[in-house]
This record gives sequence, C-alpha cells and structure tokens, in this order.
Amino acid sequence: MSKNLRINKNNFIDQTTRISFKFNGQKLFGYKGDTLASALLANNIHLVGRSFKYHRPRGIMTCGSEEPNAIVQIGNDASLTDPNVRATEIELYEGLDASSQNCWPSVNFDIGGINNFLSPFLPAGFYYKTFMWPAGFWEKYEYFIRHSAGLGKAPTRSDPDIYDHQYSHCDVLVVGGGISGIMSAKLSAEKGLDTILIDDKSFLGGSTIYQENESYKINNINSNKWLANEIESLKNYSNLVIKNRTSLAAFHGYNYLLARENLTDHLSINERKGKVRQRLWKIRAKKVIIASGSIERPLIFSNNDRPGIILSSSIKKYIDYYGVKTGENISLFTNNDSAYETGISLYKSGVKVNVIVDIRKNSDSLIVKEALELGLKVLWGSTVVDTQGYKRIKSFEVMKLSDDGNNVVGDRSKYNCDCLGISGGWTPMVHLFTQSGGKLKFRNEDNVFIPDENKTPSNQISVGSCNGEFKLNEIVINTIENLKSFLSLSNTCYDGIKIICPNEKSKRNIWLLPSDKPIGKTKPFLDFQNDSTAKDVKLALREGFKSIEHVKRYTTTGMGTDQGKLSNMHALGIIADTTGTNMGELGTTTFRPPYTPLTFGAIVGRNVGEFFDQTRKTAIHNWHVKNNAEFENVGQWKRPWYFPKDGENMHQAVQRESKAARDSAGILDASTLGKIDIQGTDASEFLNRVYTNAWSKLEIGRCRYGLMLNEDGMVYDDGVTTRLGENHYIMTTTTGGAANVLSKLEDYLQTEWPELDVYLTTVTDQYSTISICGPNSKNIITKIVPGLDLSDNNFPHMSFKNTKISNVNCRIMRISFTGEHSYEINIQSNYAEDVWIKCMEAGKEFNLTPYGTETMHLLRAEKGFIITGQDTDGTLTPSDLQMDWIIGKKKFDFIGKRSLYRSDTIREDRKQLVGLLTEDPKEVLEEGAQLVENINEKPIEMLGHVTSSYFSPNLNKSIALAVVKSGKKLKGKKLIVPMENKNINVIITDTVFYDKENKRLNA
Amino acid sequence: MFIINCPYCGERDQTEFSCGGEAHIERPKQPTELSDDQWAEYLFMRKNIKGIQFERWNHAHGCRKWFNMVRDTSNDKIQAVYKMGEKPPVK
Ligand SMILES: [Zn+2]
Repeated sequence: MSKNLRINKNNFIDQTTRISFKFNGQKLFGYKGDTLASALLANNIHLVGRSFKYHRPRGIMTCGSEEPNAIVQIGNDASLTDPNVRATEIELYEGLDASSQNCWPSVNFDIGGINNFLSPFLPAGFYYKTFMWPAGFWEKYEYFIRHSAGLGKAPTRSDPDIYDHQYSHCDVLVVGGGISGIMSAKLSAEKGLDTILIDDKSFLGGSTIYQENESYKINNINSNKWLANEIESLKNYSNLVIKNRTSLAAFHGYNYLLARENLTDHLSINERKGKVRQRLWKIRAKKVIIASGSIERPLIFSNNDRPGIILSSSIKKYIDYYGVKTGENISLFTNNDSAYETGISLYKSGVKVNVIVDIRKNSDSLIVKEALELGLKVLWGSTVVDTQGYKRIKSFEVMKLSDDGNNVVGDRSKYNCDCLGISGGWTPMVHLFTQSGGKLKFRNEDNVFIPDENKTPSNQISVGSCNGEFKLNEIVINTIENLKSFLSLSNTCYDGIKIICPNEKSKRNIWLLPSDKPIGKTKPFLDFQNDSTAKDVKLALREGFKSIEHVKRYTTTGMGTDQGKLSNMHALGIIADTTGTNMGELGTTTFRPPYTPLTFGAIVGRNVGEFFDQTRKTAIHNWHVKNNAEFENVGQWKRPWYFPKDGENMHQAVQRESKAARDSAGILDASTLGKIDIQGTDASEFLNRVYTNAWSKLEIGRCRYGLMLNEDGMVYDDGVTTRLGENHYIMTTTTGGAANVLSKLEDYLQTEWPELDVYLTTVTDQYSTISICGPNSKNIITKIVPGLDLSDNNFPHMSFKNTKISNVNCRIMRISFTGEHSYEINIQSNYAEDVWIKCMEAGKEFNLTPYGTETMHLLRAEKGFIITGQDTDGTLTPSDLQMDWIIGKKKFDFIGKRSLYRSDTIREDRKQLVGLLTEDPKEVLEEGAQLVENINEKPIEMLGHVTSSYFSPNLNKSIALAVVKSGKKLKGKKLIVPMENKNINVIITDTVFYDKENKRLNA
Repeated sequence: MFIINCPYCGERDQTEFSCGGEAHIERPKQPTELSDDQWAEYLFMRKNIKGIQFERWNHAHGCRKWFNMVRDTSNDKIQAVYKMGEKPPVK
C-alpha cells in the first residue's frame, strides 16, 4: 500500500516542496503541482470511491474534468465542506483533507456492495419499475435508497467564502490553452486585438507541453519545447490577458459567455483568508475561438471499471507531467495509435509494459514502429474479454477477434497486471459549440461528431482537436489557415512553419467489444458514474425506447455530474449498431450548461444577504425602528406591520391600534403607495380610458377613487386620483402594483394612443404620505396647520388643499381608507420624518396611535374595502366584487370594457365577493380556507374561499371577506368552512360590516 | 443573452429590456362592435412561430421606450428594430 511511485525526471512538479494531506483519515505526502489524483496514485492508491448503484469499487480513471469515479468530499467543516469534487481537478494544498463519498461505512468495506451481487436484479429502469408499486410504499423505500445512495454531503452552515461577479468585454476570447489555443491567442494579440485566453488548468500547454517524443517536431525542435517558447512569448503582449484555473461554464447567444475563475482553491486554508474564492466572469466577446480539445474514449468490455483501469492518455500524463507511475506492471488496450505514445513514455520512464492489446490487424505508423523497435509486445487483432481483481485489477484475459470483429475466436489467455490503460480513440469537446447554437455533423471515418462549418453561429470558430483535428500537422496548419480568414490576417508569425509528426492510418472501431460469454453474463460499463452498462442500453431498446434522449433518461446514461463526457458516444454507437441506424442520423443528446458543475457561491456572487434584493425604506423608517415597529415586506418595501407596546403580541397590538383609530385617532405611514404625476392637455381623456369610471367632470381640487382593469376585464389595480389643475393629476396606485401600473400606462400611451398629449412621471419616492384618521383627526390637523379652514364646506371629503407646514409646501387630501374622517399629508420626502414627529406631538393629547399594515387591513375590511391582490386574484371583474357602481356605462370605451360582457364574464354563477360572519363570533377564519355547502357530499364541491379575515375589536366579533360561487344571491345562506379538526359554520352577509351609512366620514 | 439595438439609445444588453409579446396587434377602435369571438381573437390569440417573429420590446431599464423587433426565433438573430408606428423593414 504505502509505496512511492514517483520518478525523478519531470519538469512540472516542484519536488522540493512537500505537501501533506489526508485521504480517508490517512496522512500522505505529495508535491506542489500535484492534483489530489496524482498524489494518491503516487501513494499507490487507486480505490477512491464506490459506484452509485452497485457500489462497486472504483478508481481514478482520467486526469481531468471528465472523471466519472474519483469524486471526493473535501474537508469536514460544517460550512466549508465541499462535495462532489473531482480528485483529478483539485490541486494539492497543505492540509487538504479529502474523503470518499458514496460508501458506507468505508470505501474498503461498503454495505451497498451487496447491490453488486444483486445486479442481475437491478437492470435499467429498476427503480422506476419497482418502487412505483405499491404507491404508498415509496416512503419506506425512500429512506433506504437515500441512505445508501447520495453524492456527498452538502454543507449544513452558510458559506463564509466571498464570491465575485465581473463583466468583461474583449475583441477575442480564446477558450482553451492547448497548442491551438496558444497559437490562436498569439495570432489575435499580434494583430492588436484585445484578447483573453482562459484555461481551466494551472498551467498552459495542454497535452503537447509534456509530449517529449522525438517523433513530433515543429520548426526542427521538439513540439513541447517549441510550445514552451510560444507560451513564453505571450508575455510580450500587453493586450493579451491570460486566465488560468478558469473554466468556461456556458456559451450563450451573441457571444455572451460565463467563466468561473478559481482563485483560492489551490491555496492552503490560511492563505485563503480575506480573498475572493471564485469569480464568475461575464464575458461579451466580439469573436470567440473555441480550442477546448478532446478527451479520450474508454473501451467497452466486461468488468472494464476496476480500479487500475485508466485511460491510456491519462497514464501518459501521470508519468510525463506528474512523474507518477500508475502501476509497475502496465498493459495497454487500444483501437488506435495513441496508446503507443503512452507505451513509449512508460518504457522510457522504466515502467514495465507487458503487452499492448490492439483490436486492429496492424498499423504502420511511425509511432507504432518506434514502440516495436523498443521491444514492446503487441497482440494484434485481439480484445480484452474480462478482467479480475476486486479493489484493484490483477489480471485480464485476451481473445482473438474474428475478421469482421463481431466475435471472438480461440482461447482466452490471461495476463497479470496492476494497471490497464485503455484507449478507444478521441471525442472532440463540442459542448460549448452546441451550447452556442452550433449544429454538429458526423464524420464516419473516425466516428466523431464535429462542428458543421455551415451551421456555426457567426463570430466564432472551433480550432484544434475540438474541431476534429487530431494530428499535430493538421492542428497547426488548419489553426493558422482558419484564423487567417476568421481574424482577417494576411501575414502571420507562423508563416512557413514546418511540422514533423507520425501519421495514423489504420482504423478500427467496435463500440461494444465482443465476448465469448452472452451479454447477460457480462458487465460492460458505459457510464461509470451512474453504473449503466451496455446491457442496460440494449434492454431499453428491447423495451421500445428509440430516441437517444429517452434511452438516456431510462438508463440514466450520461446523467451524472460528468454529463456523460466518457459514456455518450458509446451509448450512441451501441444504439446505432443495435438498431441499424447511422450515428449521424441518431444525433446526440443535448449538452446543457454548465460544462462542469458551478458552485452556488459563484452563481450568486455578492447577491447575498442584504444584497439579495433591494430594500426600500420610507423616509420615516428610522422613527418606526425607534418606536419598536415590527416590519412586513411588501414587495421590496419594509412597511411597519404593527407597533407592539409593553410586551404585546401581534393580536393585542393590532386590537389596540384598531380601537384607537376609531375611538380617537390613528396615524399610518402610507408613503409606499405608488404615485404617478400625470400632465398634459389630454390627461382627463387618458384617465377616462384607463379607469372604469368617468373623469372629465372631476373638478380641480377634488379626488376620486378609480378602478383599473386589464383588457380581459379583470380588476388590476385601484387607488385615488386627485385633480391638481386643469391638465394635472396625481394618481395613487397600490404599493405592489406601482411599477407595473406605470409600465402599463406608458405602454398604452406609446403604442395605442400616441396622439394623446400626456406625460407620466413616477413620484413615489419624492413624496411621503402621512395618513391621520379618526374622530380627532380634524383637531390634530388644526393644530399643525392653524390657518386652514377644515369645515366640510371648504374642505369636504374627497378634496385636497395646497398648504404649508412650517413653511414647507404640502398637499393635504381628505380621503379615507378606513371609513373614518381622515387626512393624508403629502410632503417632500426629506421633510417627512419631521412632519410625522410634529403630528405625533400634536396628537399626544388625543392618544394619536401609530398603526401598521395589519390594522390598516383590519379597518378597511370592517368597511368592506378591497385590497387588490388579496381579495382579488386576477379572475374577478368589478361586478364580481359587487362594484358595478364604478363602471361608467355611458363611456364609449375604457381598458377592459368590452370584456365585461363576454359570455363568460356575464355568467351569474361566477365567484363573487361577499362578507362572512362566523356562527361563533370568537372564531376567526383562516385566510385561504375553503367554503362548502354540504360536508357529506362526495366529491365535495368547493364553492369559494376566504380572502380576508380578522377579529374586529370595534364590532367585537370575527369578520371575513370571501369569494363564493353565485355569492351575490346567497346573502343569509349558511356555509361550512371545513378545517383539519372541526367544521366552522358561517353565514353569508353584506361586505360592509361597520358604519354602513358612512356617517363617520364626516364625523 | 442578446445585444439589442434600441432605436433611441443604441446597443445595450438584453437585461435592460423586457419583451411585450407579438407586435402589430392593434387595439380595435370600436370594441363594442365586435363579437365575442372577434374580441377573443384580439385578446388572447398570439403566434408562436419557429422562424421570423415580430415582437414588441421595451427598454425598461433605459429610455423606457417601446419599439418593435424582427427576430428569428430559431436562432435568435435580430433582423431589425424599428420604432412604434413604423412599417416593418423586412417581411
Ligand atoms: Zn432606449
């Protein structure tokens, strides 16, 4: 176990800086530059987790973001722990503490492993089929399934880290820092374009940078040396920004891209303090160059998932870049030339390469010749049929392939190994291309989907292996040629470039390798993360699933956190083979952003806590805070809800406030109501068209209540509008409706009635509104504005006066939302708190009581006044609200008028607003409770629901408003409100409970 | 995320705009003369085309002007923007 598999030859790992870390509690060492995966492998640890469904032991399989198995939990701090981190991506830092996920009680002994032996009974769709029946049992199954499944543990405390968002604009964005990305960035920067190059690794150069093979030369030097010089030369461009550790998450239309930059995840915990953890870049690029590369495919054969089975190119990276041997007796299994490069690298590093199993009959490429000259043994035309070893591969068995590749022939021969490299060819990373709207085409010759140049959105290009170019000479030459036209370049620094590289010619591809056993007896894994096998895909096809999207969901192939980066092509290939379809016709599944998972922190950035949404406070807010107000959120506004005194609860406070307002005087901060200043010679005509009632005859100085409908005839908003002058009105709207009402009015003015001379200005924030109501309101106003004649003659209900309070201009409206004699002072907001305090002082002798929204709602309910949005829900007409009086029947037109006599709106059995009294006057109904007539009926008919409900201290009984089918005709009828543990008897009444004659308005 | 060329302000990010649905649906001048079906046609029926669609947009977090847009919904290409009351520049 505790072996050191590090060799001393590499240039990329800082072997002078030792880093200690923990894995599953075991203290281990690695070096600066390691990933967790490379450090584990150097310690001879392959087994890192268990598979999702069968709990099979799984090991590190790749070296990048496509890793399906090596998914770990980082840390165990309740707020900082990070689940589902790929060991192949996380950089090693001092004190890193990682543990396996998806295993219980431990990775070496896992109870769920029993699923592996049950696997014949756990086919595709097993969960769908089994746990759906009987329905009531789901809760019992769920406990067991959730306990034994699950991908990591979410943190239980809030995230203390800081995340950032930043916008960026550039001429050219290059995604990917491999050879084609480096060349693209240089060409763009050389032309003088503002260029950003992003790469998800800590180093640039992709796989070429550690390609030390003599067979690859550019301008007569080794390709890795040439590329290192190119990377060095990028420093000369001040117009080029390079972002390492930055991965592109999404590529949206109009070249809008999201990229996540990791700033501290590679640092030790102490070094992170006070720094931004991740930054989400929102980049708008004039042109985008995708150079996202390709990933190697696995091969699909029985038991191809054992720890120690690794992609061949990853083995090469571990040895060449990290200096880590993934085993000491390695064999390779391939269908193409690239495994031979791995073989050569291993051989040169002194690692035993036992055999290379190649499904092809031969290959005469330079790289294969080189391998053969070094003495590597190749088994041509052969396939691996099975592997052995539970927690680590021990051996594998090989058979000869038949000429057509459909069968195996001869006998099994067994080879011992501690690591098997597999190479199934290459898949271009076209995710970003398709996210941006590009369409793919299928290239039969090597079975790849590549960008269709005729279906590529404008101002973007794919270069290098993500464009299906895999040979060094193709990559380099095509990148130069394509960028010449894409960036309008004439001469470039790369003109006349010379490339030498091996040329692969021999091709053979078999999606599902044949076996001497029937498929039912084999376990050829396709999706390693979700444990779906080739068998499952075939079963899905037998059961009638045809579309790739359906097969994907039924078998869960490609639905893990890796989004099937390794598995999708084989799933498609097997479907195509089984159904006799061409893969190009089959198409691919949809690649959705993000390309790799994003943290929630990066998504929300700084928009947390008080920055999550704007908070609007009135100019009097500080007074409310000082006076013990409890606040209610109304849209973005903070409104005083009630003002508890001496330990009162909400009910007690609201009862006291409501009583005081009617007995003497109450004061309310009504500043949040929307206020729209309306001016223009057609202002009256405009109001005629937007409100249901008539406005032309409203005298200057008078106020009127108006109801606004949608074009469908449903009540939309309401409020009082005051005529300030011949061509000047001020409209009030509900608090929540203010912005939408303004937008709607602007819409009609600009698009339907551009001929009207009307100007709208929102003045909600500019004016504050203080409402004083109650029998003593008049006495209080007299004290504040001594010269003002408050007689009903001079200042009647529904009128306003311009006046001054302490030399400050203000408007006082005599309007009432409580049914009491009341005044609303409108004053510039910067004076509002002073005036409020003046009112409080003047009102002291009258027990002037500040009240909040709850008391306001109670008082208006006593009067049967509606609150749009509470008593209405967008399905009620004025008539449904028993407000037919407000319809200007003689008016030619207004918004919503025609809809008021559609066949549906004139139905008499619509839900209509009524009042409700409970049989027991102490019983307060729940808002939202249903109303029924016959409790024994089945199915029981719901006649309506309670919209507002309060205990009225002024009437000393419970009151409610409700909408009820045919409610207008049902006055006096008894209904039932069925609750969980009792049925409440109610009686339908008029909507006005208090002062039906409106005597108090002028009291 | 589109870049929209407001006819009054110039190119701005889509987040500044809100879409107001299909364009060129004029509010009937004489609603009272319409049958229920005709009124319902105006009120409820909207096209949802894969291809060239005419839409109303509002520069809500900018100049607050409404204008029209011709957009190909199959690839989100904005083919034209023009002011309210103007004839569409493309068919
Ligand atoms: Zn604008």
